[in-house]
Amino acid sequence: MSAPLVVSGLRKQFGRLRVLEGVDVALDAGQVTALVGPNAAGKSTLIKSILGLVRPDAGTIAVLGETIGADPHYRRFIGYMPQAARYPDNLTGDEVLALLADLRGGQAPHDHALRASLGLTAETLARPVRTLSGGTRQKLSAVIALRHEAPVLILDEPTAGLDPLTSSHLKELVRQRAASGAAVLLTSHVMAEVEELADVLVYLVDGRVRFSGSLDELRLRTGQRRVERAIAHLMREVA
Amino acid sequence: MSAARKVLGYSLSNLLRNWWVLGYGLLFLFLTDALFRFGGGGPRVAASLMNVVLIVIPLVSVVFGTLYFSNSREFIELLLAQPVSRPALFTGLYFGLALPLAAAFAIGVALPAAAHGGAGLMRPVATLVAAGVLLTFVFTSVAFLAGVHFEDRAKGLGFALLVWFCCAVLYDGLILLVATMFRDYPLEPALLALTVLNPVDLARVLLLLTLDAAALMGYTGAVFGRFFGSALGIAAAAAALLIWTAVPFLLGLRGFNRKDF
Repeated sequence: MSAPLVVSGLRKQFGRLRVLEGVDVALDAGQVTALVGPNAAGKSTLIKSILGLVRPDAGTIAVLGETIGADPHYRRFIGYMPQAARYPDNLTGDEVLALLADLRGGQAPHDHALRASLGLTAETLARPVRTLSGGTRQKLSAVIALRHEAPVLILDEPTAGLDPLTSSHLKELVRQRAASGAAVLLTSHVMAEVEELADVLVYLVDGRVRFSGSLDELRLRTGQRRVERAIAHLMREVA
Repeated sequence: MSAARKVLGYSLSNLLRNWWVLGYGLLFLFLTDALFRFGGGGPRVAASLMNVVLIVIPLVSVVFGTLYFSNSREFIELLLAQPVSRPALFTGLYFGLALPLAAAFAIGVALPAAAHGGAGLMRPVATLVAAGVLLTFVFTSVAFLAGVHFEDRAKGLGFALLVWFCCAVLYDGLILLVATMFRDYPLEPALLALTVLNPVDLARVLLLLTLDAAALMGYTGAVFGRFFGSALGIAAAAAALLIWTAVPFLLGLRGFNRKDF
């Protein structure tokens, strides 16, 4: 079977600024791929292109073997957790979850175990979203992303703002999803987290992929054992 | 378009719990009630309310709409990451805002009118509510157009306020200027054209024609009334207001479809 998500030759320009200059990335099933790069490297634009939020100028994106176009149907196969979500102020957590399940169609997912493992109680979810803390909203986003058991998961800084306990639960959940065959794309500024979670690392600079391979290949290539140092090595190499 | 209906549903339940929307409805409720108690007879109430409707509804719709759209940006992105098409989302969001705003106004005016009014009041109040609802739809679509095209909230709000200012304030001065500068020429066609260009003035014409007071207020109202005769004039003004709703909405939708978030 081919990779669940294949990005090839992706280009995007905003005005005169070239953000993506021919990006090729493939996510394999059952693996966590970390997308790493300095600020303004094009990480967000790449993720937004996959989600259909940004229309690329050239190149293709295929999800489960189908090249994506205007039809939004393919997004059924993607679970997405945004970096900092904001929800309609006056809705309760339950209502937000119900709306998002409804928009996906099909049966309402059985996510009670998931809610519990992230520490979202029925009491919390009955409150209006505006009264929830940033971390609690982040947990809500995690439930929305994970509960459909989508074959492709895109997690943008998933643990930012979470307490250590929830953060470790979430990482455990991500590992579980990968183990059951999901292809996971993850961005993070915490290299320890990348080291802990990722199988593969894609290093993006100025809209180009400068390194793509397993963490072991990265260590071999840079001669550094720690991922953080290896990345620093790559950054110097490119500069 | 069932996704549009789902988005509409959530937006309604969100906004019907919004204090600004509730307060907006209460404002009209108390104002209409007070006018009935202290403002003399029915037609006078309608005329006083008309001036409020022509200024306040465009202002509130355009400002609240622009802020609502830009505050929803992150949630819009999350919704677009689901299997939802952009036109469905845009349509759902639009009606999800325009309907509660229109309902708050309509209920706020209709309840006191029903409590105080006699049978003779039906027509002016119904026209007032219809004009206010149409203005809500027009300026909500202007707000969404601003929200789509300006990433920066302050710029979007600036654009929205500028449109309101041109329609509600600047326009009357412009009409006077044109009327005095070109008084030696046949002005009717030009003034008609200018009226069609301004939704607030269109609503005013619509109201004055039904209140049968066209000659009393405003140069363009008189011209419009004479030019079309009443029934046709009303239909023309209402049609022009619908066009005013559709054009910014469609431009906004087109921008929303092409937008990079």
